[in-house]
Formats: sequence, C-alpha cells, structure tokens
Amino acid sequence: MDLNYSAEEQAFRSEVQDFLAQKLPAEMADAVRNGKELGKEGHDKWHAILNDQGWLAPNWPKEFGGCEWNAVQRHIFEEECCRANAPRIVPFGLSMLAPVLQKFGSKAQQDHYLPRILSGEDWWCQGYSEPGAGSDLASLKTRAVRNGDHYVVNGQKTWTTLGQYANWIFCLVRTDPDAKQQSGISFLLIDMDTPGIEVRPIILLDGTHEVNEVWFTDVKVPVENLVGEENKGWTYAKYLLTHERTNIAGVGFSRAGLEAVKRMARSQMHRGRPLIENAHFAARVARAEIDLMAMSTTNLRIISRAAAGQAPGVESSMLKVKGTEIRQEINDLARRAASAYALPFVSEALEGGNEPAMGPEGSAAAAPQYFNNRKLSIFGGSNEIQKNIIAKVKLGGGA
Amino acid sequence: MNFDLTEERQMLQDTLRRFLRDNQEALRASTRLGESDNKLGFDAEIWAKLAELGVIGALFSEDDGGFGGAGFDLSTVFEELGRAGVVEPLLDSAVLGGGLIAALGNETQKELVEAVIGGTVHLALAHGEPNSRYDLSHVETTARAAGDNIVLSGRKAVVVNGEAADYLLISARESGASDAQDGISLFLVPRDTAGLSLRGYPLLAGGRAAEMDLDDLHLPASARLGAAGAAYPALHRAMMRAEVALAAETLGAMETATELTREYLLTRQQFGRPIGSFQALQHRMATLLIELEQARSAVINAAGHLDTGPEEQALQIAAARNLIGRAGRLVAEESIQLHGGIAMTEEYELAHIAKRIVMADHRFGDTDTQLERFLDLSAA
Repeated sequence: MDLNYSAEEQAFRSEVQDFLAQKLPAEMADAVRNGKELGKEGHDKWHAILNDQGWLAPNWPKEFGGCEWNAVQRHIFEEECCRANAPRIVPFGLSMLAPVLQKFGSKAQQDHYLPRILSGEDWWCQGYSEPGAGSDLASLKTRAVRNGDHYVVNGQKTWTTLGQYANWIFCLVRTDPDAKQQSGISFLLIDMDTPGIEVRPIILLDGTHEVNEVWFTDVKVPVENLVGEENKGWTYAKYLLTHERTNIAGVGFSRAGLEAVKRMARSQMHRGRPLIENAHFAARVARAEIDLMAMSTTNLRIISRAAAGQAPGVESSMLKVKGTEIRQEINDLARRAASAYALPFVSEALEGGNEPAMGPEGSAAAAPQYFNNRKLSIFGGSNEIQKNIIAKVKLGGGA
Repeated sequence: MNFDLTEERQMLQDTLRRFLRDNQEALRASTRLGESDNKLGFDAEIWAKLAELGVIGALFSEDDGGFGGAGFDLSTVFEELGRAGVVEPLLDSAVLGGGLIAALGNETQKELVEAVIGGTVHLALAHGEPNSRYDLSHVETTARAAGDNIVLSGRKAVVVNGEAADYLLISARESGASDAQDGISLFLVPRDTAGLSLRGYPLLAGGRAAEMDLDDLHLPASARLGAAGAAYPALHRAMMRAEVALAAETLGAMETATELTREYLLTRQQFGRPIGSFQALQHRMATLLIELEQARSAVINAAGHLDTGPEEQALQIAAARNLIGRAGRLVAEESIQLHGGIAMTEEYELAHIAKRIVMADHRFGDTDTQLERFLDLSAA
C-alpha cells in the first residue's frame, strides 16, 4: 500500500503543469472558471493546441497517433487540466467513436476517420438515445433498411449533445426488426450533410442550447459506413460505453468546483463574518470535501487496477453514482453561496459578452450550472441504471 | 380543530384555480417575458384580471381597503399561484410594497394602496444590498438631510419588479451602524426620479429584477414612510408576511411537481412497462408525497401564527421555510430525476416549476439562514 505517486508520475505531472501554464490561453481558463460557454471556435482552438502538443488522444494507441498513456497518466492529465480550468475535450470523436473504430473498424475506416478526428476536420456527435429509448436503449426504433449499396435510414435521435456543430454522427440503428432487441442493432457512420437529416435544437432549463433532436427521413448511407458486422452494433456500443466511463468520477471537476465555492464563500459576508466561517455552510462544504477525498481514492484504486490491465467491473457504476452526487452537491453549494445573486439570469455574462456580471465571481453561473448538472445523474446510463447493474452483479437475477 | 378553508377562502381558491387553468397559455408565455424586450417581465392583462378577480384585494385587510389580509388569505392565494407557476409579482407589488405603505404611510401615501388593489399601480421594495445577504437590518445606503431635502446614496441589489414599479420603496440609513435595526427609514420614490438608475435583467425562474444605483437622489422629506429611522419593525412584519406567502407559493409548486411526476411514472414506458411499476421508483415517489404533506403542515403552522405574538410567529415561519427549503429541494431534484431528460427541457412545465421551487430559497433567507433564525429564537 503506497498512497504516493511514483517519481515518474510526479515528473509527468510537472510536465503537464508546465504545458498548461504556457499553452492554455488565460481568457479561455477565465471563461471556463466562470462557467461561460465556449462555442465551436473555443473548443476547436483548444483541440488544436492539444493536437500540436501531441496530447489530444491520451487513450489512443501510438500507431494511431495517440499518447498511449496508462490510466494513472490519463488521470494526472485530466486532474491538472481541471485544476487549470482547461476546457473539457469534446469526447464524441476522440474517446467514444475512436476506440470502437480502432477495435472493430475496417482499415479503410481507421485510415480515413481517425486522422480527421485529430485534425478537427470532423466533429462527431452521438446518435444513441431516442424519445422512446432512454434508459431502455435497446428498444431503439430508428430503422436502417439495406437497399443495394446503401442503407435507407428513418427515425429520430434525441439528446444529441453539440449536434449543432457536428458534421458526422455515429448511430445505433435497427437493421433486423425481427431479432431479439439487442441482436438487431447496427453501428452506422452518417454524414450530417446527407439530404433528409434535420437537426432541431432542444433548449434546456438553464436556457442553453447544448442538445438536439436529429431527424432522419429516407437518408441514404453507403454500406461502407457500417462499422463491423451488421446486427452486432450492440456489442460495439457496450464497448464504447466502457470507454465513456473513463473519468466518470469527475474528480477534477469536483475539486475545481469546490475551490470555486470556497472562493465565493470567502468573499461573501454573512452576519458580519465571511460565509466560509459560518458553521452551517462550512459543515456542508466539509461534508462534500470529505466525500470527495474518499471518492478520489476509490477512483485511484480503480485506475491503478486498470493500469495493471484489469477491466473495471461494478466499481465504474459506483464511481458514476458517487461522482455525480458529489458534483451535484457542489453545484448546490455554489448557488447557496451566491445568495440573492443566484436569482439573475444574465445570459450575456454566460455567453462571454461585455455586460459585467453582478454579484461575486461565479455567482452568475451558479444556479444555471446547478440546474444544468441535474443531467449528470440522468445521462451516460442514469444513476438508477447504475444501481441496477450493481444490484444485478451482487444479488443476481432480475434487477 | 378545523383544517378546512372558510367558505370565502374556498371560493377564492376555486375562482383563482379556475382562472389560472383557463389562462394557462398566457401564463406560460408570461414566464418567458422577462427575457424579452418587455420590461415588465409579466403579462399586464393577466395582472389586470387578477386585480379584477379580487386576488390582490384578498391580500389586504378591510382596514387597508381589502377584504382579507390574514395568514390563511395569503397562503390560499399564493399556493394557487405556485401551483400554476405564476411569475406575476404579487409578492413584490402587493405583499411587500402595498403592505409596507399600508403599515407606515400617511393618508396621502396610503392612497396608493387602493391603486395597488385596483391593479393600476406597481411597487417594488428596494432593500437588499450587495453586502447584506439575508440580514434584514444590514443597510449601508445612507439618507442625509440637505436643507429641506433628504439625499439618498448607495446601491440596492436584485430589486425584483424594479423596472415595472411606478414607485420604489427604498430603505436607507439615517443613523446607526450598518447592521443596526434602529436608524433605517423607508422612502417612497417615483421610479423616474433623477439620481435613481436601474439596470434590469431577467430572473432564472421568470420575471425581472434590477440593480439600482442611488447617486445623490434628492427627495422631499414628505417621501419618508413613517417616522425617521423607525422602519425596521414594519419591515420585519412585512417580511414575515412575505415569507408565509413564499412558503405557500413553494408548496403549490411542489404539488404540481409531484403531480406531474406521478402522471409521468404512470405513462412513461421503458423495458415494456410503465416505469411507475418499478418498486425502486415507487418508494421514491412515496417519499415525495410524504414530504409534500410535511410541507403542507409547515405552511399551515406558519400562516396560522402570522397574527400571533412576534416570537412565536417568527419561530414558526423560520421552521416552515427551513422545512420547505429542504423538502422543496428534494421534490425539485427527485421530480427531475424520476422524469429523466424530458424534465431538463425548457418547454416541459416541470422545468419552470422546479426553478420556482429552488430559487424561492434565495429570497429573504435560505434554508440554513432559517435554521439559524430558528436556533436563535429557540434559545431566546
């Protein structure tokens, strides 16, 4: 048992810190710290900076242009990026589609799509959920019918994150309606410029346009855009989900969030003393911090096992539940700290305009983030589904 | 013991519920008006009809020109407003603004109360400041004498309904330390007075508010409401009434949230059956219903003590708002979670209702502040 990072790991951490100090633009870090939206340009810019450094694809094998870092290195990198308020890397191409193509894609698909993900030429989005298929994803109904050298796709996807920026979408589609649910699904790559595709915005409760509906009407997709074998898409999707689970605990986000809460609570006076000294508020912060300290060690335990080549089991479900609960609690603390200044909805301040924010730093984004991050316990397999997985493994039978 | 509404209040509830149901569409549109160019932040037609129905009058006693004004009148009206997610600022214009003029004003000033009840005049209380947090006695804005005039200087924060108000009730300190109860006065100020500038913005849960700068705002001494430096007791009483109203409004919103969730659990199909058939979700729904009844009783406690002695009144109100702060957060968060993604969308009614519930905790004292007040009053 040794709770310390090795000398090599510490040296790696310094290297990451140096890079972030030099290359992360200050205005970008400010925007992230204040919860402002970056837009496509901001994301593209950070993507390009990382690509220049060769650090864009921590999880990819070297043969495809990745870093091939182990789980501990990836964790250190993510932790330092969060600490420095670096933008989140849009994961759909880099950490969701790419591992599937690397494992199951054809040589032609790998050669064509992977370099375009690194260069930023392609922005991918995910076509999984449907209005009738959320937690029960396998009940999806979007149909792909083979017709000579192409499929004809009809149906509707929803909750498509940042689909408004995407030029490609990877989709789960039903190719065999007669097979048992999971067996009739295929994994298709679809050019968003194909006629018959319509992207409709969904405005979320904090006023943001983050997700979309994507409608398909007689969309022709060449058969070479099928990944792997027809009707095996569910296997690939499950493989993708295990990759989606890396950094599922969001330790870095929680640390950064907790620091922001403390900053705000030091600046706010409550009954003549800084709020951070108020017993009730301080106890809330302390409880979240204590939970986070333990959870981050759980995270490291799983990461170091993964680095040794062991696949995570139910622990990743446990991390998803606990990690999202802690992040949501920290969001709740931030809005409490903001007091009455949590009430305004100043979209200009959130979108990076010139209108000065009111209240203490971080207060404008506090309540919108609190509401927006209710999604954390809903998406990526809701926390109820995660508990079903844990219970099924430990208790067996019907979960 | 009798927990039934009186016949009059039952009629008020029925009338208001029917009106709000019949005008659902306009009310839903109104929740978004704060973000448009409409500087009112609400629907003027709805406002006029609420006045016509006597809803505003129900918030005032007969002495003040109304026909209600008791704790259960406030709770009856605001529970209905909360159920429908109404953003029209009855709390700010009527309970706070009108209530304070009725409490402190002279005969001339009190003429405005009649206009408020009639729906033709809007008011806003400009009391909170950037550094006051939830401390009612913390006032840094100053009022100093200059000949026959009084000059106000300072800044007011998150003045709800500030831009729509014809008159603002501005608190300022004439003497004493910045957190002393003594020395605070209220001034009745027409919104277009020179030296008063407002920067308005929409609120996350609907409606509008403004930051207010007072830059050597000159007023005649006749603008003062009541005696110099003696406004605190009336402010406190008005705040007690506003807290009862807000607690009832939040209760109403919690009723809608749980009802929408119950309906959704019965209709949403996943894994080939309604999700409400899963026991894990059934138990969580049951918890929400238990907490909802707790909240209902807390509002009854608060409303029933509004007209009793000051200590007991404040204790009951702090208890109610602490409980509703906790139960409200649970209901809002669990209702969203039990729905899933659909509840995250702006167009689904629960999104607005959940925001009303959670953001209510940011007015007049949050859950923790109410707990502190309760502890202080229990120890006293």
